[in-house]
Amino acid sequence: MDMMLQILAPEIALLIASMALLIGDAFWAKRYPALTFQLTLATLVVVMVIIIATFSWESLQLFNGAFIRDGVADVLKVAMIAMTLLAFIFARDYLLKRDIERGEYYVMGMISLLGMMVLASAYDMISLFMGLEIMSLSLYAMIAMQKDSVFAIESAMKYFVLGAMATGLLLYGMSLVYGNVGSLQFATIYQTLSATGVSLVVGLGLVFILVGLAFKFGAAPFHNWVPDVYHGSPTGITLFLAAAPKIAAFALMFRLLIEGLEVAVMQWQSILIILAVLSLVVGNVVAIAQTNLKRMLAYSTIAHMGFILLGFMTGNIEGYAAAMFYVVTYALMSIGGFGVIVALSRRGFEADNIRDLSGLGRRNPLLALIMLVLLLSMAGIPPFVGFYAKLVVLTQVVEAGFTSLAVFAVLMSVIGAYYYLRVIKVMYFDEPLENMVDAHFATASLRVGLVFVGTLVLLLGIMPGDLLSLFSMVMTY
Amino acid sequence: MTQFPLLSALIWLPILSGVLVLMLKHQPTLAKQFSLWSSIGVFILSLGLYTGFDATTAQMQFVEQASWIAVFNIQYFLGVDGISMPLIILTTFTTVLAVWSAFDCIKDRIEQYMAAFLMMNGIMVAVFSALDAILFYVFWEALLIPMFLVIGQWGGVRRVYATIKFFLYTFLGSVFMLIAFLYMYHQVGSFSILDFQAMPLSYVAQLWIFLAFLVAFAVKIPMFPVHTWLPDAHVEAPTAGSVVLAAIMLKMGGYGFLRFSLPMTPDAANALDWLVIALSLIAIVYISMIALVQRDMKKLVAYSSIAHMGFVTLGMFLLYSILRNTGEIQGAIMGLEGAMIQMVSHGLISAAMFLAIGVMYDRMHTREISAYGGVVNSMPVFAVFVLIFAMANAGLPGTSGFVGEFMVILAAFKANFWIALAAATTLIFGAAYTLWMVKRVIFGDVTNHHVAEMNDLTRREFMIMLILAIAVIVLGFYPAPIMDVMHSSIEHLIEQAMTSKLP
Repeated sequence: MDMMLQILAPEIALLIASMALLIGDAFWAKRYPALTFQLTLATLVVVMVIIIATFSWESLQLFNGAFIRDGVADVLKVAMIAMTLLAFIFARDYLLKRDIERGEYYVMGMISLLGMMVLASAYDMISLFMGLEIMSLSLYAMIAMQKDSVFAIESAMKYFVLGAMATGLLLYGMSLVYGNVGSLQFATIYQTLSATGVSLVVGLGLVFILVGLAFKFGAAPFHNWVPDVYHGSPTGITLFLAAAPKIAAFALMFRLLIEGLEVAVMQWQSILIILAVLSLVVGNVVAIAQTNLKRMLAYSTIAHMGFILLGFMTGNIEGYAAAMFYVVTYALMSIGGFGVIVALSRRGFEADNIRDLSGLGRRNPLLALIMLVLLLSMAGIPPFVGFYAKLVVLTQVVEAGFTSLAVFAVLMSVIGAYYYLRVIKVMYFDEPLENMVDAHFATASLRVGLVFVGTLVLLLGIMPGDLLSLFSMVMTY
Repeated sequence: MTQFPLLSALIWLPILSGVLVLMLKHQPTLAKQFSLWSSIGVFILSLGLYTGFDATTAQMQFVEQASWIAVFNIQYFLGVDGISMPLIILTTFTTVLAVWSAFDCIKDRIEQYMAAFLMMNGIMVAVFSALDAILFYVFWEALLIPMFLVIGQWGGVRRVYATIKFFLYTFLGSVFMLIAFLYMYHQVGSFSILDFQAMPLSYVAQLWIFLAFLVAFAVKIPMFPVHTWLPDAHVEAPTAGSVVLAAIMLKMGGYGFLRFSLPMTPDAANALDWLVIALSLIAIVYISMIALVQRDMKKLVAYSSIAHMGFVTLGMFLLYSILRNTGEIQGAIMGLEGAMIQMVSHGLISAAMFLAIGVMYDRMHTREISAYGGVVNSMPVFAVFVLIFAMANAGLPGTSGFVGEFMVILAAFKANFWIALAAATTLIFGAAYTLWMVKRVIFGDVTNHHVAEMNDLTRREFMIMLILAIAVIVLGFYPAPIMDVMHSSIEHLIEQAMTSKLP
């Protein structure tokens, strides 16, 4: 019992708090409108502190090995919570401006976070699937929250239908693996497959699993939902969608492919290479044609996912650590990018066209500087953290003997640099459009949050060493 | 060791003062004065490298070494030898002039402009002193950001096209270099440049790495056929931007050949030296002819820069054919030292030429040669300086432009008569395009009444021109101070470049 409490404490705390807030909000929402928000932040901080305080270096298992708590899970959870925290702070500004701020947003976000945390700790297929569904269903609902917006409803529908299909494929693949191996537990699957080798049925199941994973990642050719959903969702929700769930997708892939099916590395490696190459091409090339900033960031996400898949593809522990570093730093940059859009937007004006940023360097130098840092970091220019994310992945790709793939990836990022530069050009080299209002109405917390993200991207770019060692340490345990 | 970390100070002081200047948004005068004095301070500090330098050894000096990213064995590893030290001093010197030259001609957001140049100063010093490949790469790339913003914000009409082209070309070149670094790291387990130089490499690997380096450095220098970004960038860049671009950034490519290509991939360099020599000769002959027909002064000087940098690459890669033909090491040394002198001298001369064009542009707001004529009538003092710099650009004996070119041509004669002959045509072409431009701009009748209204140099402009003129002439008569410090390093480099690294 003690053991159980120790392992599960973060999830239990989060669940209780979200239930309490769901009920409580109904009572105090009128009188203390900010209370739910504040309590949510407090909850997240507490959960984060619990995880850090009980950080688990060794792997502890629970429920007959259905639930695991190890260094990887803890690091991923801390990152997810941090992203959720930032997302809530940034989103509140957006929601308040449009009078759609409700307690449910935070509660659903917390439940979605709970799903992600379960996912990060899942050590058999049932708990994995449960975590995935908890996360996804809350996300669908969150997007649909702005119920008077046609775009939001459309993108929620799209996301739901396609997501359900991907989940179905994933489930089908898992059932094939289960049918062949006779166990749901990753550890057992691993042992059985090492003994018997990978049969054709397992290979077939693997293909279905990979399709489902590729969808969740938004990797090409299963990427078509990403731009539509990112664009259609209210920006305050897009920024939540673009950060923590990507870390969850990493967790999903890590648990399923590495812990469960690493024996089949020969099979999934080539498929991952195809997915990665396609994602890099589609993401970088199509992003050039976008005029909408949210769509452009969506395509850039696809390209970044290509890099993360490259890290996975190497099939060695350092490669997974590199992919993990990439996904966490990517989430940070992405949330910052959408945060800037939120800061610029106001009621009736979404500021999501690239044109809307024109002359930002004059109108609001600080905001422009933050965006500059984020964009250059995404483009992989030092001294920002995005460069090291690419560097560590490429190092592992070269180490694994795929030098030509590394060359291809860097060529694609040169193409990618173009559309980031184009945004910088609009911000700094173009004159402000007429009747452009100064962007000084963002709430203080949003401004502080953005400065924090920008500083972190720079600081991690100058001193990435500790984070990198941490990631490679938890992976090797 | 408790030695004062001079190199770190030279890197971080300018960057820090750049950040400080950024904050002086509403005090342009203070921003200017602060920038000028801090860049002068950095220059004086950098002279400490010269006075404290031990010219008898090829070892790295002023070394600072600390672990930076432990997981990948990346180090904060700095040091200079006789090759990088003169380039660092050239950097700090040019920055002073670049900052000072911008005092009156930049009106808008001057604090950002100044900050960009101060930061570039630190970054460029870091590029020349980094002894860890990743550290080198970080600064190499980071340098693009301020230059990109400078050209894009304060540039001419087609500045956006020019600056994006500049950025993407350089970025494209350098990513190949990054992959080469990663490959070598994979082999040797460290990113130290000294380890890279010492490690054995198979012939095929050397070929690929050499080509990757060639792409990266050829774009930067720039060599034919990847030179097309340079005329665009120069034409659109503000004066100080052109100065830093021509005087220092181009040298980073040449420095790369000396620090990376020759010592790390000697066998591939030996096998492919004909390629670099051929491209250099094309730059010298063909680009010179292009320079001849330019109508825009800045474009003309930009093309002449490409031709002069052709001499740098030619001098660097002559050593293999000299040693094959004659076995004489003196000729090889002369080629490399000529290349180094040419780099420093071109840094001074191109800076002077761009500053001179900037002086005229500030008064007339055009760079078209045809708009001028008879400037000597209204600006006699200025005309004297322009003539000095034009002579130096044409390689007249007694100026620094002569020394480097002459040494390279002499070395070329030891390698192959025809190479030398082709290279020597520069004495004709260089004189032709430079002096013809001078004739059309400075002399002749005053056809444009705006020219008649031009005021002669201000005191600030006069001082800048005077400093440069003295430097050009002193270096022309007495290049020994630079030759002496680099001699041991060049000999060591030739030894490395001649030692096969095949396992």
